[in-house]
Amino acid sequence: MNRVWPLLLLALPCYSQMTQVPTPPATNTSIVPFHVQIPQAQIDDLRRRLAATRWPDKETVADASQGAQLARMQELVRYWGTGYDWRKAEAKLNALPQFTTNIDGVDIHFIHVKSKEKNALPLIVTHGWPGSVIEQLKIIDPLTNPTAHGGSAADAFDVVIPSLPGYGFSGHPSGPGWDPTHIARAWGELMNRLGYTRYVAQGGDWGSPISSEMARQKVAGLLGIHINLPAAVPPEVSAALARGLPPPDELSEKERAAFETSKAIGKTGALTYFAMMTARPQAVGYGVTDSPAGLAGWILVHPGFAKWAYGAEPAQPLTKDDVLDDITLYWLTNTATSSARLYWENGGRGATSPTAWKTSEISLPVAITIFGEDAYRPPETWARRAYPSLAYFHEVAKGGHFAAWEQPELFASELRAAFKQFRGQQ
Amino acid sequence: MTQTATAQQTDIRPFRVNFSAADVADLRRRVKATKWPERETVNDASQGVQFSTTQKLANYWATDYDWSKCEAKLKALPHFITEIDGLDIHFIHVKSKHPNALPIIVTHGWPGSVIEQLKIIGPLTDPTAYGGSASDAFDIVIPSLPGYGFTAKTKAPGWDVPRISRAWITLMKRLGYTRFVAQGGDWGNAISEVMGLIAPSELLAISTNMPATVPAEISAAMAAGGPPPAGLTPDELNAWKQLDFFYKKGLGYANEMGLRPQTLYALADSPVGLAAWILDHDSQSYDLIVRVFDGVPEGLTRDDILDNITFYWLTNTAVSSARLYWEARQTPSKGGFFDVRGVKIPVSVTVFPNEIYAAPETWAKRAYSNLIYFKRHDKGTHFAAWEQPAYLTADLRESFRSFR
Repeated sequence: MNRVWPLLLLALPCYSQMTQVPTPPATNTSIVPFHVQIPQAQIDDLRRRLAATRWPDKETVADASQGAQLARMQELVRYWGTGYDWRKAEAKLNALPQFTTNIDGVDIHFIHVKSKEKNALPLIVTHGWPGSVIEQLKIIDPLTNPTAHGGSAADAFDVVIPSLPGYGFSGHPSGPGWDPTHIARAWGELMNRLGYTRYVAQGGDWGSPISSEMARQKVAGLLGIHINLPAAVPPEVSAALARGLPPPDELSEKERAAFETSKAIGKTGALTYFAMMTARPQAVGYGVTDSPAGLAGWILVHPGFAKWAYGAEPAQPLTKDDVLDDITLYWLTNTATSSARLYWENGGRGATSPTAWKTSEISLPVAITIFGEDAYRPPETWARRAYPSLAYFHEVAKGGHFAAWEQPELFASELRAAFKQFRGQQ
Repeated sequence: MTQTATAQQTDIRPFRVNFSAADVADLRRRVKATKWPERETVNDASQGVQFSTTQKLANYWATDYDWSKCEAKLKALPHFITEIDGLDIHFIHVKSKHPNALPIIVTHGWPGSVIEQLKIIGPLTDPTAYGGSASDAFDIVIPSLPGYGFTAKTKAPGWDVPRISRAWITLMKRLGYTRFVAQGGDWGNAISEVMGLIAPSELLAISTNMPATVPAEISAAMAAGGPPPAGLTPDELNAWKQLDFFYKKGLGYANEMGLRPQTLYALADSPVGLAAWILDHDSQSYDLIVRVFDGVPEGLTRDDILDNITFYWLTNTAVSSARLYWEARQTPSKGGFFDVRGVKIPVSVTVFPNEIYAAPETWAKRAYSNLIYFKRHDKGTHFAAWEQPAYLTADLRESFRSFR
């Protein structure tokens, strides 16, 4: 470990907090205020690299089936290198109370916003890949300040939004072992350290298995969870999909539709990033660490962006700035490789597999919202089979894979409804 | 075919190799300015290409490595371009001074290039200078695949293995060859085998160093995720284990390139990213390359490895070459890359023990109804001609003797 440390220091970007404040020893449970301040030299370097991007030739098809299209990428990168302003994102982050605390040897960064309302329900919200705390910024006010967003004071949450280990402003683990199970334990410790004895957890993407693991482990104080990427594909359906077989006979119409969607996703290769980062994150890592355009191309392959029009469709909720805030955060924190390692740590457990996540062992109440624009929309029948303690299941028309980012008000109202059962039980 | 084509379209034009000094300088600048991830969190290669090897490679690339030596080697050879099926195909064509030389077309794969084949040109075309006799002589044709090296990049879909195989037959006929053989590993094997399936009367035989011999029942058992079937010989069990590792852990790059090649923008923009992606090809050639950068002399030198990567970089072919994997996915195929195709013409098989899988002779006999030669060597990985040119040369001389 000591041998590795000097290299790690060299590779870490120098945001002021991390260079000025020495890493607390592992036993130090203090909570340290955190402020984002990216040196201008790093921003200049990013712009220089973007301007010097060397492009491949154009795809040979007229759609995105070979990956992010050249013309769209070039336009995005042109804007990124000339018009886009990271300092606005930095200001948004710095307007929020941020902290770090060392858990199991890794500095965990988190945003922590307390509601002004009394008896607010504490909530920990976990992002995934290629997301970050940037995804969750728009839900903070609706959740902590519900009366300004059509809710009542009784709907208030205290919100904790951590950066996963190896992501954003959290530290990069220097050894193996930080899989979703370990992260779930760490989140329990974080909430405990914040003094919360009754709280709930929410997550999509990686946040979903992590929240499920928190519930399965019954981390102290956890009352229930809400997830928007449930592990709900029945084993016999997964097996048929894996072997390219027809859908099992007994499927209902809705289940059959979910089967066909999953099959189509598999065929188009939308999940190929999953296989590569699971097998060899360090092989993918070098290029996307060294090339900002390459990082953008790699991130935009995620199926959550499949319908994103690169900001050209005013009706789409995610703007170019939204997406570039997220990608720039990955770039400036040099987390392309360290974030990919979570897939390796996970060892190929499928996010949609109830067996992989032992969902039948969860006894705490589970709430699920299916967002209508997400490619993966398991029917309620599957969710009930996977989660015996399912307490809330609701399908809404809008919102995709990045529901909190795309439809923050709708997302907040889902959390209010899903967690209502835990209110007033003081 | 040539009756309707105009003279101009079937012209064989000399091609002059020339790289811009500015591009070479830009490459060095980029390597020096590499932004690095941190080291992997494990002490082995299980997370991919290791940090220390990649850094050694980058340090050498940015300082002492001299591309002009490789450029000079390329310039010393006769290069040509000819348009086939709408695409400008580049090839090296070296004729032997000996009469009755046997024409051979040698096809590289990914992440290879014509650079892989340079060491066999002398031994094959000028055998008397390399321990052979005049009757061992070959005329050699070494094309660059579509989207690779100096061959044009494809602008529309369709350049899959069968189309390339047909183009290679056209190329050999256009060169006036009426009796020739074909050789290849990796994609070069797929192309040579499909040429063998097309079986034009001019094609006498093929040689492969990455034969597709996996029996259907073995493929099925592996796809089902079960244990190896009972009764496998030691060689077969070894092949099973190698294939099982490859399919479980080693296919990430191929899936990525097969499904989303255009996503790999980073490889066009980052030389170290390109190098790591290329080194990741297969675990056994990777292990060899690690040893080479640790100073252990083996089949490849640091310069060999960087010549090939630099060639990909300077021709900006990372994404265009990856597209061949995408093309291969467009036509539903019956089985995997190593599944038996049913070639009936004579086949010569060269096996290296540390190939992705070492084909057992029992499987090769079943796969090729006309197996004329089988040789398993004591060492060697995926890149036969590049790494073990003497072995490959000896096998080619021996196995094609009867066609002279």
